Amino acid sequence: MFRFIVRRLLQMIVAFFGTTLIVYALMFAGQGDPIQALAGERPVTEAQRAYLTEKYHLDATGVGGFFYRYFDYLSNLLRGDLGESLTGRSIGDILAAAWPVTIKLALIAIAVAVIFGVTAGVLAGIRRASIFDNATLLLTLLVLGIPTIVLAPLAQYYLGVRWQLFPPTAGADPDFYALLLPGIVLGSLSLATALRLTRTSVAENLRADYVRTARSKGLPRRRVVSVHVLRNSLIPVITFLGVELGNLMSGAIITEGVFNIPGVGFNLFRGIRTEDGPLVVGIVSVLVVVYLVANLVVDILYAVLDPRIRYE
Amino acid sequence: MSERSDVGRLRKPSSLAGDAWRDLRRKPIFWISLALVLLVTAMAAAPGLFTSNDPTDCALSRQHAAPSGGALFGYDFQGCDTYARAVYGARASLLVGALSALFTGAIALLVGMLAGYFGGWVDAVLSRVIDIVLGIPLLLAAIVLLKRVSVDSATVRLTAVIFVLAVLGWTTAARVVRSSVISARQQDYVAAARMLGAGNGRIMWRHILPNTLAPAIVVLTIALGTFIAAEATLSFLGIGLREPTISWGIDINSGRVHMRESATPLVVPSTFLALTVLAFIMLGDAIRDAFDPKLR
Repeated sequence: MFRFIVRRLLQMIVAFFGTTLIVYALMFAGQGDPIQALAGERPVTEAQRAYLTEKYHLDATGVGGFFYRYFDYLSNLLRGDLGESLTGRSIGDILAAAWPVTIKLALIAIAVAVIFGVTAGVLAGIRRASIFDNATLLLTLLVLGIPTIVLAPLAQYYLGVRWQLFPPTAGADPDFYALLLPGIVLGSLSLATALRLTRTSVAENLRADYVRTARSKGLPRRRVVSVHVLRNSLIPVITFLGVELGNLMSGAIITEGVFNIPGVGFNLFRGIRTEDGPLVVGIVSVLVVVYLVANLVVDILYAVLDPRIRYE
Repeated sequence: MSERSDVGRLRKPSSLAGDAWRDLRRKPIFWISLALVLLVTAMAAAPGLFTSNDPTDCALSRQHAAPSGGALFGYDFQGCDTYARAVYGARASLLVGALSALFTGAIALLVGMLAGYFGGWVDAVLSRVIDIVLGIPLLLAAIVLLKRVSVDSATVRLTAVIFVLAVLGWTTAARVVRSSVISARQQDYVAAARMLGAGNGRIMWRHILPNTLAPAIVVLTIALGTFIAAEATLSFLGIGLREPTISWGIDINSGRVHMRESATPLVVPSTFLALTVLAFIMLGDAIRDAFDPKLR
């Protein structure tokens, strides 16, 4: 177990350097004039130019200069210093205000996926090839196939504006009710995948030897399903949901943008719209790290839950 | 004589493809999605067949006007024909989807083939590369990459979107190719070919490649659908395609902004996009089910 964790950690460090290097190289290296790019369309005075050149060591050229600036960026990132957005606010502060909202939204989405996805998945797995099973399969295919940019505005229009079942936008400091519809929209994708995973693994486990043993011992079907089968079937679902939590935090760009939820994705959405380069880079870097850590945690959790899984 | 040939025909072992085709023919989902795919392809190739209106003929005097004169769904905020724009939007979507899938397929075949065939350190290195690229969230990386494209030329933006999707999207297909190469490599006919003196290149090209094509095509069909969705999402965000290119993503975004005044400019391109993406995903899903008896 210890060796597994160490190996996995080493892998993650490689992935961390790889991805941050790619993000950094793409964002900053080789572009015409980084100072002008930072300022966007606005003019830059000589004094500002000299100050920024000094501050970011832009006078160092070649490979050495590139890596110098890369490690500068990296150490700032690790210290949580993300710089300032073009509006002058510290990106760290923006993110600190945005995280709680995004986490709330992601948790609602995961809850929706677990409550509906796992329940329907178990039912579909038990009654394989029934009408219920085929209907849910078709339905999940529909959900998986419809992009969020279609689902979110349409849900907002029909459920929010037209039939007024939910508040159409969330606004600053949203309550649970305002986050419910966006949470359902965001969670619907994970719901579909969770349902399919549960269905397959329940159907597989129902054929396992230990289920036959439990049945022949005379245990009631309800107990066999809810204790023996469910426990073993949930392992892949838990891993998936863990990875998904990382995905949801970065995947909430569209949903938060459409429903006006002041989370991380919304700030990224706005940063793209207003061409706020530093804000976009800062948020993307943090999200990539969150994503990597979520993957790591899930992999370790997976190995804890299922002792058969080891990297060798 | 005729009796014997009858028996011969009955006993003729049915191939995997034959089985799959018989299975597919009975599925309504296969026919529906195939029809939709053909319809959208026709729309992309010859939009003039579906509407006689010009999608760029916009007049603010017609803002949110009711349907009239060939404009089936009325006019949008800018006074453009909503239906004509949706029809002309198919071209950009399909172009991006098909070309990205093509390039993705090329990269995936190359990487998957090398990793699966040679194994050892080649496989180790390539698999780690796949892991890293797979670990980058597609939308975030696409945002980073496309933010660097500041040119507004339609061709440049189109090329950039295709390039970004291909560079980020090849990993799943490469894994599929790699695993089918590994299983094909161990077959007797490969050993036979090697004993007859065939070199690595010939074995890969003549004996292994044909066996990896079917699963690769299935994955790529589904990927085509997701690439179309990704293009629309990027254009929706304003970093993919831009005006004057006509794209569903752009129209969905502008329709969303003005949905309170009129919802049809939002609903029409949304429906076109959703049906197109669904058609490709369902087509790929149906073919995969037919080719993979384990899933039945």
